Amino acid sequence: MLEAILFMLGLGAGCGAVLSAASKVFYVYEDPRIAIVEGHTAAANCGGCGYAGCSAAAVAVVAGEAPPSVCIVAGPETTANIASVMGVDPGTAEPLLSYNTCDGGDRADNKFHYMGIGSCQALSSLYGGQRECPIGCLGLGDCVRACAFDALIIGSHGYPVVNEHKCVGCGACEKVCPKDIMEIKTMSQRLLHLNQFDDRIAPCQQTCPAEIDIPKYIMQIKHGDYEGAVNTIRERNPLLLSCGRVCPHPCEVKCRRGLEDQAVSINQLKRFVADHEMNSGSRLPVSVAPSTGKKAAVIGGGPAGLSCAFFLRRLGHDVTIFDDNPKLGGMIRYGIPEYRLPKEVLAWETQGILDLGVEHKPNVKLGRDFDIGALIASGFDTVFLGIGAWKDYTLGVEGENLKGCYTGINFLTNFATWQQEKPNDPRPFVGQKCVVIGGGNTAVDCVRTLVRLGAEEVSIVYRRTRTEMPANEVEIVAAEHEGINFVFLAAPTKVIEDEDGNATGLEYLKMELGEPDDSGRRRPVPIEGSETVLEIDMLITAIGQGPDVFFKEENKMLDADLKLTRWSTIDCEDEIALQASIPYIFTGGDSATGADLVVSAIGAGRRAARSIHMYLAGEDLTPPEKTLFTNNIPESIFDSVPGIVKEKRTPMPELPVDERIKSFVEADLVITEKDALYESSRCLNCCIYCYNPDNTT
Amino acid sequence: MGYMEILIGGIFVNNILLAQFLGNCPFLGTSKKMETAVGMAMAVVFVLVLAGVITWVLYAFFLVPFKLVYLRTIAFILVIASLVQFVEMFLKKSIPALYAGLGIFLPLITTNCAVFGACILNIDKELNFMKTLVQSTAYAVGFGLALILFAGVRERIILARVPKPLQDTSIGLVTAGILSLTFYAFKGMI
Repeated sequence: MLEAILFMLGLGAGCGAVLSAASKVFYVYEDPRIAIVEGHTAAANCGGCGYAGCSAAAVAVVAGEAPPSVCIVAGPETTANIASVMGVDPGTAEPLLSYNTCDGGDRADNKFHYMGIGSCQALSSLYGGQRECPIGCLGLGDCVRACAFDALIIGSHGYPVVNEHKCVGCGACEKVCPKDIMEIKTMSQRLLHLNQFDDRIAPCQQTCPAEIDIPKYIMQIKHGDYEGAVNTIRERNPLLLSCGRVCPHPCEVKCRRGLEDQAVSINQLKRFVADHEMNSGSRLPVSVAPSTGKKAAVIGGGPAGLSCAFFLRRLGHDVTIFDDNPKLGGMIRYGIPEYRLPKEVLAWETQGILDLGVEHKPNVKLGRDFDIGALIASGFDTVFLGIGAWKDYTLGVEGENLKGCYTGINFLTNFATWQQEKPNDPRPFVGQKCVVIGGGNTAVDCVRTLVRLGAEEVSIVYRRTRTEMPANEVEIVAAEHEGINFVFLAAPTKVIEDEDGNATGLEYLKMELGEPDDSGRRRPVPIEGSETVLEIDMLITAIGQGPDVFFKEENKMLDADLKLTRWSTIDCEDEIALQASIPYIFTGGDSATGADLVVSAIGAGRRAARSIHMYLAGEDLTPPEKTLFTNNIPESIFDSVPGIVKEKRTPMPELPVDERIKSFVEADLVITEKDALYESSRCLNCCIYCYNPDNTT
Repeated sequence: MGYMEILIGGIFVNNILLAQFLGNCPFLGTSKKMETAVGMAMAVVFVLVLAGVITWVLYAFFLVPFKLVYLRTIAFILVIASLVQFVEMFLKKSIPALYAGLGIFLPLITTNCAVFGACILNIDKELNFMKTLVQSTAYAVGFGLALILFAGVRERIILARVPKPLQDTSIGLVTAGILSLTFYAFKGMI
């Protein structure tokens, strides 16, 4: 017995001695962080991360080959711990999640019947799969087999469904899918994505300047998931309440149902869910990435600035909005009248953006109170210029500066400021016989405001015809209902004055339509000797507007270097990257394009936020080659859509005319829940090639 | 028994995996991909040959003279574990490329019963030193051969339509059985 104990002790001591000697002799320097990182992992050696064991994963993290989120079993706390060991940008510590990008599945037609091996990999080697659609899901479930966490199933419609609670974002499904349908992305990556030619997106989403995933939110409404729909919209558009009211919905023009029937009323659905959130009394939580410690200045609190600030904040940057006006909203607060967008609604919406941690400095104007150089000196890393287009163009005719003559934006903002902020001051002047020159939304807003202010006779003078009017169709119709007098094909030549210098008449030439010009609209040609005079006591010129770039005249070094185009918009070579001639300055919205839609400004705000985010990370700003931007995917534009049963579009509820012209109460109303469910069921849930003709899903 | 017979016998006839069914855990665990199977095979060849020789020396020069043969199991386990640790350190310093190639499989062999089994078999057959060396090499090569063959089969099974209850390890075991039967055909060779 004694020998045995002695022998084992000896053997143990011998082995120990040899190993300890060996550890000295064969000592290899190893980064001490490897051991610390390994200590933070789950130590399960599960291999789910794709590395051979936790220690190999730790080596990869320290070598910078794997992100701090490498350990898919441990939670976000571990990720943060590893990120702190590595001292890396915690922005990369966001959780990854798997997304299925194809919901065509079985509804796509088949080219052939396949009875071979049950694997997408094998099937895709046969003419790219059995589906007519070259990009859709094959449905044999390679991703389901690859998922080690049971987070994927092939749903009843033949495409994979992700269980977000079980998904750990390991990426196994993405790797095996031969069609690249599964995507593993963080929230930030999703916010940064721009529509591309190879995306699976419906014509409406391709057309939307803000690139909202329209079919997805409509499906969510249909299934009663209003919160999900709001979150879907918020991934692309932070101003859904405002857009739901004022957007002229270019998406509906490309709606496939519109080819055979009336287009789906997409914007009313957006307004329905947006109002639903507001009326529910509580705000849905908006996730924000961990702080990056970078500071971004946003100049201008209009739609472009708000959108840019919202996305920058969600990407983890510290954002400050500098705005000339006392309250946020810019042109949609001071330009769009109360009856189209109640300011209480707008305030609720902008407060939601500020609640994310965005700072707001009101009543400061670029060029008057500060300049860009001062911002950079005070520690801002980038500047977004969303100064809008607030300077009215002038007619250039004799007498346009007489007493009683105003310009469109000037009139609207003066009135809005009085209405919202100084109701005790005397009301701005309103005439009895008013004429507004122009055919855009500003002109229509002016006439509808004048009607509500009690003007007796209100006319619009436009040099082309009604079909060429750039204003939203609904606005023109509403103006017609409200008794506005339209004078088409009229070119003002002179404002006539009385002895006191008041405007008393507008002389114009009658026109006829000639050859189409560059914009495709037929050019109006004056008829000689057709001068006519309209009796007026108030004239508003609303023929377009451009950015007010007076800050450049101050001749400060930086600001003076900023290049402008000949329309005095801020010059950016690339409409997608939106980088100005000074690299850390970005722009978007009306200040980059001239007066345009709210939804375009929101889209530009997001693109600028994307560029700023990439600029701060030191990445190349060149947009991906496949970026769709305002273009359509040719295959997705159909001539006809078989299998549609006609169903009437939900009409927009509005206040009766005699009631609404007396006050500034909101004229357009929200649709009912029942109508919203009906309208959402009219959506065909299109993709590029296939759609639901029979409305079954 | 000549060296050639030991070699052929160890690799084919008495294949440690398919005839003696030792080392089944790495056999099933590392055979899903050819790449890992090759890594494991390499590591086993390396460790098994060293372990076979060292345990023989331990047995012949320490356990037998001191009449402590009954401590064989525990002593061998201790020695093999230490050996693997030592080899790991040595490779990390001297041949980092090989160390990186073997990766996780080297430490895993500590718990590989094929290594321990082979050492015991060498002793039980009362082989001399040289024959132990050859026998260990043959077992190790046999292990590698079986593992690589099996991995080749399993990579194809992934593409086949296997009924749900039989998927993965279940069909793996069935396949291992059939593979074992084919090796039975070597029985008459020596």
